[in-house]
Amino acid sequence: MEFSYEVKDSYAEVKADGRLNMVSAPKLREFVTDVIAGGSNRIVVNLENTAFMDSSGLGALIGCLKAARQAGGDLRIAAVQPQVNMVLKLTSMDKVLTAYATADEAFGND
Amino acid sequence: MTRFWTRLVVVLTVLTGLNYIAWRWMSSLNWDAWWIALPLVAAETYSLIDVMLFGMTVWNLKIRKGAPEPPQDATVDVFITTYNEDLDMVLTTALAAQKIRHPHSTWILDDGARPELKALCEQHGLGYVTRSEDWTKDLPRHAKAGNLNNALMVTHGEFLLILDADQIPEPDILEKTLGYFNNRRVALVQTPQYFSNVPVSDPLGSQAPLFYGPIQQGKDGWNAAFFCGSNAILRREALMQLGLVGYVKETEKSIRRALAASRAAIRQARKSTDIESALVAEVLDEVEAATRDAQQEVDAGQPLAEVTYRVRRRVDAAVQTLVQADVAALQADLEEIAAMELAHVGESGVPVVADDAVERMSARDWSPLGALESVQAVLDALTVERTGEAQPVMPLATISVTEDMATAMRMHAMGWESVYHHEILAYGLAPEDIATMLTQRLRWAQGTIQVLLRENPLVQKGLKLGQRLMYFATMWTYLSGFAAVIYFAAPIIYLLLGILPVSSLSWDFFIRFIPFMVVNQLLFAVAGRGIPTWRGQQYSLALFPTWIKACTTAARNIWFGRPLGFAVTPKARQSGGPSWSLIRPQIVVSILLAVAAAVGIIRLATGLAEPLGTLVNVVWVVFDLVVMSILVRAVLYKGYEPATEPETREES
Repeated sequence: MEFSYEVKDSYAEVKADGRLNMVSAPKLREFVTDVIAGGSNRIVVNLENTAFMDSSGLGALIGCLKAARQAGGDLRIAAVQPQVNMVLKLTSMDKVLTAYATADEAFGND
Repeated sequence: MTRFWTRLVVVLTVLTGLNYIAWRWMSSLNWDAWWIALPLVAAETYSLIDVMLFGMTVWNLKIRKGAPEPPQDATVDVFITTYNEDLDMVLTTALAAQKIRHPHSTWILDDGARPELKALCEQHGLGYVTRSEDWTKDLPRHAKAGNLNNALMVTHGEFLLILDADQIPEPDILEKTLGYFNNRRVALVQTPQYFSNVPVSDPLGSQAPLFYGPIQQGKDGWNAAFFCGSNAILRREALMQLGLVGYVKETEKSIRRALAASRAAIRQARKSTDIESALVAEVLDEVEAATRDAQQEVDAGQPLAEVTYRVRRRVDAAVQTLVQADVAALQADLEEIAAMELAHVGESGVPVVADDAVERMSARDWSPLGALESVQAVLDALTVERTGEAQPVMPLATISVTEDMATAMRMHAMGWESVYHHEILAYGLAPEDIATMLTQRLRWAQGTIQVLLRENPLVQKGLKLGQRLMYFATMWTYLSGFAAVIYFAAPIIYLLLGILPVSSLSWDFFIRFIPFMVVNQLLFAVAGRGIPTWRGQQYSLALFPTWIKACTTAARNIWFGRPLGFAVTPKARQSGGPSWSLIRPQIVVSILLAVAAAVGIIRLATGLAEPLGTLVNVVWVVFDLVVMSILVRAVLYKGYEPATEPETREES
């Protein structure tokens, strides 16, 4: 699992490459918390290279969403792969999170 | 072979039982004394359903032959939950947990946040977890469920072994159970809870051999063996999934509730006297439009994060416009004043409102909407942050003080499977005095009734019929207190007043009742295979005040939001002399029964009562008194004293 981020025009893009599971989930939460503390409260988590996610990974995303909202911003997800999409549906998390096609689109209308 | 005999006796029990109860309803009721006749036949019907559910449980008794080889790379966290227990005891359990053979991390989950315990953990290389800073004072703590949920966020083992602070595990507990998880649908393996500080006579009825035996094995056969809070292994993925599903459900519910309340809140705000400026009215219009749109979007199934975000943005923008206008007016006023009193201002020039004033005054706590509390409350609830809880994701159910059963039921409803492994792999400590024992029983019963009232298994989506009935069976058992009162009242009423609830005690009665009673006892004997069940039968009747109190307090809690009066079961013996006051209702009932028997015999001697009725009722009274007699032993019980081993070792 490898995390990286890049500050774009209107948001910060966080990439989570690899398997976002129970081991890496707490790390994602820490990573995003740091990005928010660094001054970006509009976060897009780009999942194009996230081949696998479990419920702990998804739970960490909610934690990050809460942190971003409390900082006055938002967290969105983009480029969701089929397995992750399945997990979103299985846990009904697709009722909460919109999966945007690309990172650019995520804050496109806002 | 045993299965054949068990099933045969189940069939016989059901047939004789239905035969008896049908006759009771249709042709035995003494309508002249309907006020006791109807309650009694209702109580008997209750008991028959109870026995039939037990029969259904043991029908599918599953005797497992042990788990396959466990996967060597499975990662495990061992959680030892504690709140205020004796540190020596916690440490003994933790050190035993450290010695479990399969690779794992051992954590003490200290809800008491005791520095001494933290130091002990550091000294012995144990993990130590207390509530994170998210658990602020104003948020519900959810007792043990909260403690576990908090720990789940800071650990990452694939499986979790949950142990109460007094449950000392065997080193092979994981080797014997992890293999079941090779089946990827298995989410839970429960092992028995057994207590090492209980004498053979078990005066407090601590051991539950029938439950941690035929009942759980039977439930296992229906894929409904449930989590009992300790000595169980859980799959993290299943718990987290439950947490996510719960998060989505709760979030949607609270958003819908807030939207439903928004119209009234806005109406109220418009009426309130604070509304003078047209601008505030405009903001309210915008809030109304935003919530109306949100309602449509939620109904159309749009993702909630987006919907709530849009509402927040629109309202923020409207508030900013309002503040901007106020600030502009203020600035204009200042300039006007400055123009009029130019001479006094002198060198300092025209005062200027700070640049960030608009931003600061629009912030949540300063916002003009803040004054409109009802509107603010609606807006605060339109969120996906689950602000009413310390963590958005709560894997263990928090709807009941017995989080274990509620959690297991939700797992089953999601399609997960459970296993009951019938082998003692941990040794715990039972209460050693009646007060503690009663607190513990009350808590279990309250929790079970809470689950029944909040998430009735009979109507939960996703459960199979057998699973529904298995959960319901356990809950049904806890209603026995009401039936017990009737069973005590009926003989008293007959012996004192000569009023019989049945139309006659004739051949018709005995020919139906006795076969049912006999096969009923046979069923317990066959299903129990020699397990001592008498103590359990005694307590299920004798603790009737506890069961009734559990039902009434749980119902008040759920329907009227009253507190349960919840207490953690103390693990150390309570001091003081025999506490007869704890069983006052039982003493009163026992005296009434004895007096009634005496009066009944006098009435018989004086020819006021008939022999058969008196005999049946006196036998009934004697049975009740024998049942209740266990409480005398329980009150007098002085705690466990290990039998002194005879000195066998030779001096060397």
